[in-house]
Amino acid sequence: MPWRAEFVMRDRTVHPPAFTPNYKTSVLRSPERPLLSLQNSLSEVTGPVFGHTELGPLDNDLLLNYAREGGSPIGERIIVHGQVLDGNGRPVPNVLVEFWQANAGGRYRHKNDNYVAPIDPNFGGCGRTTTDEAGHYSFRTVKPGPYPWRNHVNSWRPAHIHFSVFGSGFVQRLITQMYFEGDPLIPICPIVQTIPDPKAIERLIAPLDLNASVPLDTLAYRFDIVLRGSRSTLFENKLHGN
Amino acid sequence: MVQSLNYFAETPSQTAGPYVHIGLIPHQAGFDIFEQNFTNELAAAGTRGERIRIEGTVFDGAGVPIRDALVEIWQANAAGKYNHPADRQEKATDETFRGWGRAGADFNTGIWFFETIKPGAVVGRSGRGTMAPHVNLWIVARGINIGLNTRMYFADEAEANAKDPVLNLIEDESRRSTLIAQRRSATARRSIPSISICVVSARRCSWTFDPKGRCRISAAPCFALLFTIHSRPR
Repeated sequence: MPWRAEFVMRDRTVHPPAFTPNYKTSVLRSPERPLLSLQNSLSEVTGPVFGHTELGPLDNDLLLNYAREGGSPIGERIIVHGQVLDGNGRPVPNVLVEFWQANAGGRYRHKNDNYVAPIDPNFGGCGRTTTDEAGHYSFRTVKPGPYPWRNHVNSWRPAHIHFSVFGSGFVQRLITQMYFEGDPLIPICPIVQTIPDPKAIERLIAPLDLNASVPLDTLAYRFDIVLRGSRSTLFENKLHGN
Repeated sequence: MVQSLNYFAETPSQTAGPYVHIGLIPHQAGFDIFEQNFTNELAAAGTRGERIRIEGTVFDGAGVPIRDALVEIWQANAAGKYNHPADRQEKATDETFRGWGRAGADFNTGIWFFETIKPGAVVGRSGRGTMAPHVNLWIVARGINIGLNTRMYFADEAEANAKDPVLNLIEDESRRSTLIAQRRSATARRSIPSISICVVSARRCSWTFDPKGRCRISAAPCFALLFTIHSRPR
């Protein structure tokens, strides 16, 4: 058999639809024709594999990976950690997780960002890691600030961290954003509100995780990520998978 | 009441946003931070297969190039085998070739490109039939709420394309060509053969090739891609 198991159908109701006029940029960037639905072949169940050795020792430490000698970024020091799971609740080990964010003032180190808040000379704003055998990941950073953007005349993004995640198959590929418990901008953000299901939005909001914090040093937030699950599949009368 | 099924719902997608480059290709955002970077060059010195350059533009519904798009590709090696443990086809592996890369659209022109090799044909679903050589694409950008997956096929594989199970899923035969690269003559700047393809996935949308071989999109809103593939001498 060429492969072991295939992924379950993606439940589109938990995701934002493509066309969400309140988030204006989506209007001209959304397919209008129905998407073609493919069953899984090898092209879908396989995906790139990344090794730990491809990453540097500071890649998951945004407090240090761009800081000058002896310097440190301004802002609330935080740990973000969690587990990457599939739809069956199984850990997804050894996959690449990448993250990027604004600095504590809400400014991105990006040539296209011209917000008035200053660049932090000690903060790059990106990092990456791979999950361990139990699907866990963690990194240190500063809590990003909210920032204004041109959607409506007074639209603001809640504080957020962007996540890019690989699974074992290319069709598990996911980009999302993590928000912070208690942020009053979450319910009025046009990008958050592209997600129609309030329960689904809750799964993007990381709670404070005091138990994982470092006393007198760093607070912690927990953010678990769930990718599409695979299933046991009857191929040619043989049960494969699991 | 019935018993509950304890499946976990997938984490919702959110747009990659305008600053996706910071996280995935920081050099394009304007700084260098990692020692090793993931790039648009898939083929290494010893990689087997025909060298090709895939060059393209993602167009928005008004026909304007999306200049902040990020594209990833995933493909088999020249023998038609993916570098992944789930691929158990009895074919040659190529350890120099991961088969994956990412590229950002140029901030001025919207053009992105990959340096890679032409993939071989891969066995079809459930081990039946053969899929024509193809490259899998995944596109994210500001305004795209969930990443878009598509495939790119090659015009010089007409016989294989005619039997491809995915192309044949497209009910309207005239639209199958929107996933197939059309070979065109060498450009003035490059004395190498090249191919271009256009993928349009919107209604009320039509496309034509202009005299330079570039794809022009008319009628909005729609979502479209233009690929140009340059074969490169080894």
